[in-house]
Amino acid sequence: MSSKDSPAAPVEREKTTGLHKGDIVPGVAKVDPIIIADGIRRTFGGLTAVNVDHVEIPRNAITALIGPNGAGKTTLFNLLTGFDKPDAGKWTFDGHSLAGMGAHKVARLGQVRTFQLTKALGLLTVLENMKLGAKDQIGENIFRGMIPSLWRKQEAEIEERAIVLLKKFKLDAKSSDFAASLSGGQRKLLEMARALMSQPTLVMLDEPMAGVNPALTQSLLDHILDLKDEGMTVLFVEHDMHMVRHIADWVIVMAEGQVVAEGPPDQVMKNQAVIDAYLGSHQDVDLGVVTGRIEGELNTAAIDLAEEVKELDANIAKRKETGK
Amino acid sequence: MDILQILSNTGSSLIAPATIGYALAALGLAMHFGFTGLLNMGMAAFMAIGAYGYAISILTFGFPWWGGMLVGIGGSLVFALILGIPTLRLRGDYLAIVTIAAAEVVRLLFLTTTFDKYTGSADGLSGYHASFRSFNPIPDGTYGFGPWEYNANGWWVRIFGIAVLALAAFILWAVMRSPWGRVIKGIREDEDAVRALGKNVFSYKLQSLMLGGVFGAMGGIIYALPASVNPGVYVTSLTFFVYTALLLGGAATIFGPIIGSVIFWGVQTLLSNLLPALVNIGVLPFMTTTQSQTVRFILVGVALMLLVIYRPQGILGNKKELTFVK
Repeated sequence: MSSKDSPAAPVEREKTTGLHKGDIVPGVAKVDPIIIADGIRRTFGGLTAVNVDHVEIPRNAITALIGPNGAGKTTLFNLLTGFDKPDAGKWTFDGHSLAGMGAHKVARLGQVRTFQLTKALGLLTVLENMKLGAKDQIGENIFRGMIPSLWRKQEAEIEERAIVLLKKFKLDAKSSDFAASLSGGQRKLLEMARALMSQPTLVMLDEPMAGVNPALTQSLLDHILDLKDEGMTVLFVEHDMHMVRHIADWVIVMAEGQVVAEGPPDQVMKNQAVIDAYLGSHQDVDLGVVTGRIEGELNTAAIDLAEEVKELDANIAKRKETGK
Repeated sequence: MDILQILSNTGSSLIAPATIGYALAALGLAMHFGFTGLLNMGMAAFMAIGAYGYAISILTFGFPWWGGMLVGIGGSLVFALILGIPTLRLRGDYLAIVTIAAAEVVRLLFLTTTFDKYTGSADGLSGYHASFRSFNPIPDGTYGFGPWEYNANGWWVRIFGIAVLALAAFILWAVMRSPWGRVIKGIREDEDAVRALGKNVFSYKLQSLMLGGVFGAMGGIIYALPASVNPGVYVTSLTFFVYTALLLGGAATIFGPIIGSVIFWGVQTLLSNLLPALVNIGVLPFMTTTQSQTVRFILVGVALMLLVIYRPQGILGNKKELTFVK
């Protein structure tokens, strides 16, 4: 763990490299893949939400899944975790074929996920939320549940583990409060901590940073980096490019249901296909500077953008005139 | 107006078999609705299956009383499976619609003349008491004081009913404090989150439906134990009355359903005695004694509405734990 109790300056941690075999193309083979997916298709009526020919997720690395809205990222997440069934395709996790397997069985294999819209169990306490995450509980059988002597010992162990995790996520002071009383960011933390209670090998986070304030972002990032240090694999969907650049070892870009590019973050973000599909050519420009609301230096890209905006405005004005 | 008689009737209703039957059914609904979040609107069917299972197996097949009860419980387990397997994948409100329909199907099956030989159709069933009474350990005679004065058979039914109720409450308490109960409450909050943690949500919901269904069936049996099985009892409004009792006491509590049933029946009996008496002495000149019996049910409906709006957690519920506020 890098950050203890004091909010020390974030330690730059080394990225994992050398994850792929051969040339980097969409669907490139990995040295040690944890998920291998083939020919996954999911359609909603006439819309093809996901159409992935081949993709591999590297083990013990942090992989980011990015792409514009509607690219099929969350749908792919749902398919991989058994929350949705594909029309076609097969995929394996850690050597187990997951096709047609229900969500709870997937989770038991050690592939645990969180949700884009946080699902804290509001009327359970924070501690109960945590304990629910633990796997293979004796007392979760209705008959054995009625005899406390069978599960007390395990329950105590689970509680101990839960408290350690809650401390780490700075939620220990809240452990006896209803989860409904937590703030949005705290719920994100709780959901992640709860997922870790099941001691997963692959953690799948759907937009872990959405709605989290900048101060909390840093600690969440550290938590995600810690997961890798502890030997877990992380796959996450995120729109925040700074975060992706900062923590991801590998980036997979989706657009219109397909994997359009992948590679190490700094390379992917220079890829013209990715810039066109998702980032836009002015990703590093402060909009406030372009519009003149904020004093600042306009770099060449911003000047280009400002000119483009002017041009567009002129076009619109012209069209209005000719329209009349 | 005989105030003493009115109070005596009211007092007697507090431990009447009907009250105990309602309390058991309300415990079942606490399991379904309060803890698991299953909006089961077909509790009347579980009660009917319990009561008919008990009566038919004694009258037609000559079972002893405990055999009849086992048949009633077994019937409710089978019904829970048949009801649950296709419907538990539905979202809450759809489940309510399907269960209400299933309960009507069950009631009409018991009512139809096709099976008159077994079910007595509209006449219902009676005369199945011999076996249960033959196990009565209480010597003949009348016991008790004040409003609670019953003969040996009356006490035997009540003591048996209270024992069953206590056992059911204990079982509910024991399972809800266990990790099993934690999963169940998690499902009430968000079943996808629980599924993502590796729990077989469908199986848990089915178990909940079966356990609550058994409580409902026992409620139906206790309700029918002292007198007869009457098909007019197991109508949809029975389910609503049991919900009223449940919400009155507190949906996500153990003792709430019991206290709720006792209060529900106490107030019902009080009103059914008091209102006609008030009409007779001319205090309520705008209605007849017959109308006053209907007014009683209107008041129940109003009470249910007020409860849900102003005190959704019930008498015993934790104020923070509002089942309706999401």
